[in-house]
Amino acid sequence: MAATVSTLYSHHDRAALLESRQATRENPWVKGSILVAALSFFGVFLLLPLLVVFVEALAKGWGTYIDALTEPDARSAIWLTLGAAAISVPLNLVFGVAAAWAITRFEFRGKQLLITLIDLPFSVSPVVAGLVYVLVFSNHGWFGPWLSAHDIKIIFAIPGIVLATVFVTVPFIARELIPLMQAQGREEEEAAVVLGARGWQVFWHVTLPNIRWALLYGVILSNARAMGEFGAVSVVSGHIRGETNTLPLHVEILYNEYNFAAAFAVASLLALLALLTLVVKSWVEWRARRD
Amino acid sequence: MALHKLTVLATTLALLAGAAAPAFADVSLLNVSYDPTRELYQDFNTAFAKYWKTKTGETVTVKQSHGGSGKQARAVIDGLEADVVTLALGYDVDALNTEAKLIPPTWQKRLPNNASPYTSTIVFLVRKGNPKGIKDWNDLIKPGVEVVTPNPKTSGGARWNYLAAWGYALKQPGGSEAKAKDFVKQLFQHVKVLDSGARGATVTFTQRNIGDVLLAWENEAYLSTKELGPDKFDIVTPSVSILAEPPVSVVDKVVDKHGTRKVAEAYLQYLYSPAGQELAAQNYYRPRDPKVAAKYADKFSKVKLFTIDQVFGGWTKAQKVHFADGGVFDQIQAK
Repeated sequence: MAATVSTLYSHHDRAALLESRQATRENPWVKGSILVAALSFFGVFLLLPLLVVFVEALAKGWGTYIDALTEPDARSAIWLTLGAAAISVPLNLVFGVAAAWAITRFEFRGKQLLITLIDLPFSVSPVVAGLVYVLVFSNHGWFGPWLSAHDIKIIFAIPGIVLATVFVTVPFIARELIPLMQAQGREEEEAAVVLGARGWQVFWHVTLPNIRWALLYGVILSNARAMGEFGAVSVVSGHIRGETNTLPLHVEILYNEYNFAAAFAVASLLALLALLTLVVKSWVEWRARRD
Repeated sequence: MALHKLTVLATTLALLAGAAAPAFADVSLLNVSYDPTRELYQDFNTAFAKYWKTKTGETVTVKQSHGGSGKQARAVIDGLEADVVTLALGYDVDALNTEAKLIPPTWQKRLPNNASPYTSTIVFLVRKGNPKGIKDWNDLIKPGVEVVTPNPKTSGGARWNYLAAWGYALKQPGGSEAKAKDFVKQLFQHVKVLDSGARGATVTFTQRNIGDVLLAWENEAYLSTKELGPDKFDIVTPSVSILAEPPVSVVDKVVDKHGTRKVAEAYLQYLYSPAGQELAAQNYYRPRDPKVAAKYADKFSKVKLFTIDQVFGGWTKAQKVHFADGGVFDQIQAK
């Protein structure tokens, strides 16, 4: 996941190079069996489930499918999911760029600690992340009594869902940017400064154009994760239908209500999002390779 | 620049999300309930809203939250602002008093019938034709029988399952506490999957085709047979089972804060009305009202029922002896 755009597109050229030479070319049998193994694995574990989602979603026809996506609880889940992503992704955008900038451009104490902290959401189970928020903000948590006295609701309400979403998506953008910015070094920016550019000018005209593809890549990944998150959000949601149910939680509810066609219809929305993410991601990689 | 467009997009989405929030009705209640009551309260909430509208002219929206009973009680204690709770067992509602003082200790005396407007019991769901010939509790521990039940640590229904099995063993000729413990221990050795909630266990049995018999709420067994096809499962009623009383309560601290006490109390009382009782019976809960019970008598099979007070001395004691850390359930699970 920490692979940057720059390393992503170099695989192509290297593979082509290896294939072109007699000495490094693999035996066709070996090549074939590795390919079959890899492709059938993806077919069974990725493609087949995806297909099943769409087949099951349409099992009872288009009418049921449309109904499942337009009934009020589903609409509310869609809006909540979009809203949580719309808040957490821009927050991560600002934070990710700032963190990557700080880490690659400044020397300061505690830098290693910051890098470790950015990785924390990758290593902590999302359920634990959710529970931490419950411990901090619940009625018996650290800030619970104060929050309840001021009638501020964090957990079992939308702010909790946004917090949990921000937590699980923190690493994506920073992790994309840091290796790239380290590889690029400071030379271009220093040159800009020598030529008289100011802080923001350097950022807009030199840094941002250099990192834009990696940045977009990070945004796509963190958006996909924000919309798909289940564990952390499940813990803080309270599962109130039509109010604190996100799309993944809504799928679970429908499935548990024997409403399989509707569950798969909503799941197909998430699957479409995943497919869209893949398309945009490939496009970004292609553009990055061209630049 | 891309950044600018993103900001515009984010703002638009945020605005749309705000606009999409429904214009809220006069009053809204949050009913925090356990797993298998979804269908019941879907029907009941519509009926109550209609009733309340004609009676007071007020529009009431009841929002629902469902999950394992113990988990739901925990969420209310942690701050989920439920106006009413409708949980699987008295112990979980009691926790709202003992853990957080959200309700008075006398909550169970405020409504008739131990504050349980409907009852249920524990039955067996088996595969069509009952290939393993399961008739009663002692058939569950025959070699080769695989049992599915949720985990008594997290699920209210599972605790009723466990206590029903215990009570059966105790009531056999020559039954004793030691024999009951041995029976339940053997039973749990036949359990293949311990899901965290009743609905999860039902899905394991019916959808994933795991196990020969599901220990289930009677209402859950009937509902899944209806939803998934009567040609797939049979319901077996054992010779003796437990009278499960799922209680309801207004959450005093919350209704006083929201100013919803009147409508919340009316909501629970409506469960006891003939209309509410009809809906309970239609959703396979055993109604309390004798007239409604008589009307639906042929829907529920006759079974000797014992109560938790008779056999276990009430929920607090049963919880402490059987399900607390280091209790009997932990002992029989330890290999």
